[in-house]
Amino acid sequence: MDVPTLFGICAAVLVGLGLYGLIVNPQPLRKILAFNLMGNGIFMICAVIARRGAAAGFGGDPVPQALLITAIVVAFAASALAVATLLRLHDETGSTSIAPDAP
Amino acid sequence: MTTPGGMLLVLAVMLPVIGLLAGLVLGGRHARSVALITIAAGLAVALAIADAVLVSGGQLAYVLGGWTPPLGILLRADGLSAAMLLAGAVVVAGIAVYAGQDFGTERGAPESRKSLAFWLLLLAVWAGLNLVFVTRDLFTGYVALEMLTFAAVPLVCLDGRGETIRAALRYLLFALAGSMLYLLGVFLLYGMYGTVDMALLAERAGPNVTTIAAIALLTTGLLAKTALFPLHLWLPPAHSGAPPAASAILSGLVVKGSWFLVVRIWLDVFPGVVTVSSAQLLAAFGAAAILAGNVVALRQQRLKLLVAYSTVAQIGYLFVMFPLAAGFVALDLDASPARSAGLLQAISHALAKAAMFMAAGLIYRSVGHDRIAELAGSARAMPMTVLTFAIAGIALMGLPPSGAYVAKKLFFDAAAATGQGWLAIVLDAGAFLTASYTVLVLAHAIRPAASPMKLQKPVSRVGEIAALTLAIASLLLGFVAAGMIPHASLAGAFTLDGLVSALVLVLGGAAVACALGLELPPLAGGRNLADLLRPLRQMTVAIGGLVVRADGALRQWPVASIALLGLAIAFAAAIATGA
Repeated sequence: MDVPTLFGICAAVLVGLGLYGLIVNPQPLRKILAFNLMGNGIFMICAVIARRGAAAGFGGDPVPQALLITAIVVAFAASALAVATLLRLHDETGSTSIAPDAP
Repeated sequence: MTTPGGMLLVLAVMLPVIGLLAGLVLGGRHARSVALITIAAGLAVALAIADAVLVSGGQLAYVLGGWTPPLGILLRADGLSAAMLLAGAVVVAGIAVYAGQDFGTERGAPESRKSLAFWLLLLAVWAGLNLVFVTRDLFTGYVALEMLTFAAVPLVCLDGRGETIRAALRYLLFALAGSMLYLLGVFLLYGMYGTVDMALLAERAGPNVTTIAAIALLTTGLLAKTALFPLHLWLPPAHSGAPPAASAILSGLVVKGSWFLVVRIWLDVFPGVVTVSSAQLLAAFGAAAILAGNVVALRQQRLKLLVAYSTVAQIGYLFVMFPLAAGFVALDLDASPARSAGLLQAISHALAKAAMFMAAGLIYRSVGHDRIAELAGSARAMPMTVLTFAIAGIALMGLPPSGAYVAKKLFFDAAAATGQGWLAIVLDAGAFLTASYTVLVLAHAIRPAASPMKLQKPVSRVGEIAALTLAIASLLLGFVAAGMIPHASLAGAFTLDGLVSALVLVLGGAAVACALGLELPPLAGGRNLADLLRPLRQMTVAIGGLVVRADGALRQWPVASIALLGLAIAFAAAIATGA
């Protein structure tokens, strides 16, 4: 098994774990963590693509790396916004449930 | 590659950003004036772009930093972009005028964080939307959509009540799940073709496993952000809980951003890969949205929730265009009628739905509540607002001369040409249901009250004029569109036939409202008839109750997120087996 394939499988596992957490965990904080896990899997796929594209003789394909760093910044901003909203929800209602009929 | 006038596209994106930064520096006291100046300038830019593209029939392009794709980023406006840019600018301007009553800072009053946030977020939403409309690569589309979501989420919870914060968090988390799927699709395409530029992808793409998986992921991610049924769990609480001006932006414009990228992907980037059957699957979810959304809307007790569910249904209409366009492509015909009709539907809905939320907001503000059953006498107390609601309803149900009417004509024609008659039936059923809740609300509003209604606050005249202007613009859009779209089926579109069908629609809608809607006190002499029809009504109400419960089950988080994955698999399967 070559290195890109190994990393590709790791990435797929991360995406799967993240998706599972996003679906079944009722806690918003866990959902945010699961979102980050899934995001890291997807970023790893992008990194594998950058590495694989390096077959042309470069050290690595720079375009996916540029996409990757942008996506990481966006995902970081998303997590920050989600955590801030969650904290505010806890301050206002004393609960962190996002069920539609929560008190 | 940069065309003369290409700078206009940069201005369309950068003006709102400049306004946002200026507003942030100058603070809440000046945010509104800064926003109004920016919006006036942005409207002029949108008009200039529309003049260059729609009137002169050219294209505008701007290559960032002189780097051409695949390494550089290209902004380009075709007819689709120019029309959406203009519609967006008009709706934003209408909302800005309307929002003065809620988010203006009086001279001498302390500045409030809420009003500063509103004006900045309005500009941020607008910047994100404009970038979605002019971008020509999928990754810039991702960044633009995230910008749009991050600005839209705080708009939901501007008033800081617990339930609106909860709605905002649900919206954000579900949208993030969608954006991750979209991002995965973008990376897969880059890995396959070495580019994310739309034009280059269109040249290189073929029907292989990676491409099909990527299309399914991109589409599903975008649908989660558009809230197409059954992925609408976040929409009703978010759109009904937000302040009215914010609801108007969210319902009228924000959901159109992600829809616009679906159009680009299915019609411009991969027309040769997607199949008619997969596009029909997309429209089938649209049809489910139209039926379920409208029925649940009819069963609501509160006006703002009714309007929010009507948005769920109207989103369904936006997806009717896809199988028609794919059908044209499969027959080697020009797909532009389906494309124009979809565009027209989107613009018409943006105007009418913004106006409807504004009218609902005016009612809520002045009456002090929005319980539909207790609106008796409101037509007398605030006639212009109720008239606005009526006109917006007429525009939504597609009566002549509204834009939706012309769109429907084009859709019917395309459905006949591509042999997909079931879409015409869905559109008709949707129009009846839309007519029914409009009639229901009006019947309650027009009913005379026992004692004249006392308004808690006087109605804002400026707000009424802004809402009415948008509603009338949606109503008259048909005339403009019929002049611009050269098509045989539009000749003689505005004749007596149209009026007859209008009458049928309104009467049928009234019948549906009687069968399914909230109970009205019977008219004098109508009691016998009501008794006679009671068993029938009990049956229809039971069916309506079932739909409401099914909708409630679908809006549970685990169900909706499994549906998200199911949709991705279903689209991949539909594209793969159809090829």
